[in-house]
Amino acid sequence: MIWIDTIVQGILLGGLYALFAAGLSLVFGIMRLVNLAHGDLIVFAAYLILVGVQLLGLSPWVAVLIAMPLMFGFGWLLQTVVLNRVLGKDILPPLLVTFGLSVTLQNGLLEGFSADSQRIPAGTLEGASLDLGLVTVGVMPLLTFLSAVAAILTLNALFYHTALGRSFRATSDDAVAAGLMGIEPKRIFAIATGIAMVVVTLAALYLGMRANFDPSIGPARLIYAFEAVIIGGLGSLWGTLAGGIIVGVAQTVGAAVNPEWQILAGHIAFLAVMLLKPRGLFPRAVD
Amino acid sequence: MLLETHGLTASYGQFRALFGVDIAVAAGECVAVIGANGAGKSTLMRSITGVIRNQAGMVLHRGEPIGALTSADIMKRGIAMVPEGRRLFPSLTVEENLLIGGQARKAQGPWNLDTVYDLFPILRERRKNPGTALSGGQQQMVAIGRGLMSNPELLLCDEISLGLAPVVIRDIYAALPKIRASGAAIVLVEQDIGKALSVADRVYCMMEGRVTLTAKAAAVSRQEIHAAYFGEAA
Repeated sequence: MIWIDTIVQGILLGGLYALFAAGLSLVFGIMRLVNLAHGDLIVFAAYLILVGVQLLGLSPWVAVLIAMPLMFGFGWLLQTVVLNRVLGKDILPPLLVTFGLSVTLQNGLLEGFSADSQRIPAGTLEGASLDLGLVTVGVMPLLTFLSAVAAILTLNALFYHTALGRSFRATSDDAVAAGLMGIEPKRIFAIATGIAMVVVTLAALYLGMRANFDPSIGPARLIYAFEAVIIGGLGSLWGTLAGGIIVGVAQTVGAAVNPEWQILAGHIAFLAVMLLKPRGLFPRAVD
Repeated sequence: MLLETHGLTASYGQFRALFGVDIAVAAGECVAVIGANGAGKSTLMRSITGVIRNQAGMVLHRGEPIGALTSADIMKRGIAMVPEGRRLFPSLTVEENLLIGGQARKAQGPWNLDTVYDLFPILRERRKNPGTALSGGQQQMVAIGRGLMSNPELLLCDEISLGLAPVVIRDIYAALPKIRASGAAIVLVEQDIGKALSVADRVYCMMEGRVTLTAKAAAVSRQEIHAAYFGEAA
């Protein structure tokens, strides 16, 4: 019975990692941009929500709704003013720029909020649990997982059932031909990064409510997100959810065997998938 | 004039591909641009559509300079391109490939999904297939249909017969008079001289980045074409 519980907890933890990863997957899928500042952007959004909660006295659920459009605007600006200028055939400039952004965000947050760890108060939800018969699950992990599924369902619907999604896919396939169809690839990229930042904000809410955070934890979140995206297959959103679940289950199973093995087990699962399926579990047909 | 180029030049790095090209296309006209491989025909199309950016005054649309605009802005003015190699979007179905052609420019006109399917009925049957899962000829039909979906004033067709079987080429060329009848002007870039002359009003021949012949399609002789195409007397 303990094993079922371990696996269920791992699946729910995978939801958090999938949320970390969905924005990264979206941006990579559309513009082949690996955003090394992704983890720091999650932490940045967590502080933004915290400001809403502490300074304005808002509930975290309201603060996140205010933070989302702000982060969309921030992502749009970041892409338009900075990242669009460095996107091209050479993959090194965007890597360097997002690495620089990562360092800048960490130090900016350190200046603004100090190195003290913070937490977004979740009230009674923090310790609440549901008895499902075989297992008991925390309400917060369950909400995280359901939010991850909802985010991926929404992104998929956007991708496959709207004109904007059609533009995303066409631009990802062939930006020059998309231009000939009247689509401005740079505008599409800016919207995509904006949407990724909305997902980042949702991830930040759960990151901040479930554990303590400080300005330095972004890069570790980036690693989990990377692993989820790569296990799932670059650019596949459902693959990203599967990747998050694999990392999450590996971690909880590892921790059940020996608490020191939690993080290591996740990385080993990642390496094992890479050995067996180097392109990930659900690679896109076209790369 | 619907479209004019004035002293249009273009380069790929150090390599100069166009040397002062002047062409003009009137509304509703069908103009063929012929020439051997490497003559600069496709570069001319890329320059007109903004894939290669130019000085503004080198390309005029209804007298207004458009040479410095982006591809997207040029397309929104009503100049649609059927690119060489078709360049369908592999992630999109046939129908989505068509829809995306008309998404950015909302212009009144005869072309929509239904009329494109009437023009190429096979596409209606294949509409749920990925665009790139079709045969070469069917893909070319999608590419032409995608260009028409924006109801353009001018349709630029770059090598639409390249690599296709003669019977397929015949089907595709059979659609061109219907497209003209809908009011769109056509620029036809071709290596197949006979095919191009069979539908065009006027012909430009290019060689090594220059226009070597401008003539009415009905009046031009084999010798003139031969001289302009190969740079030597027949």
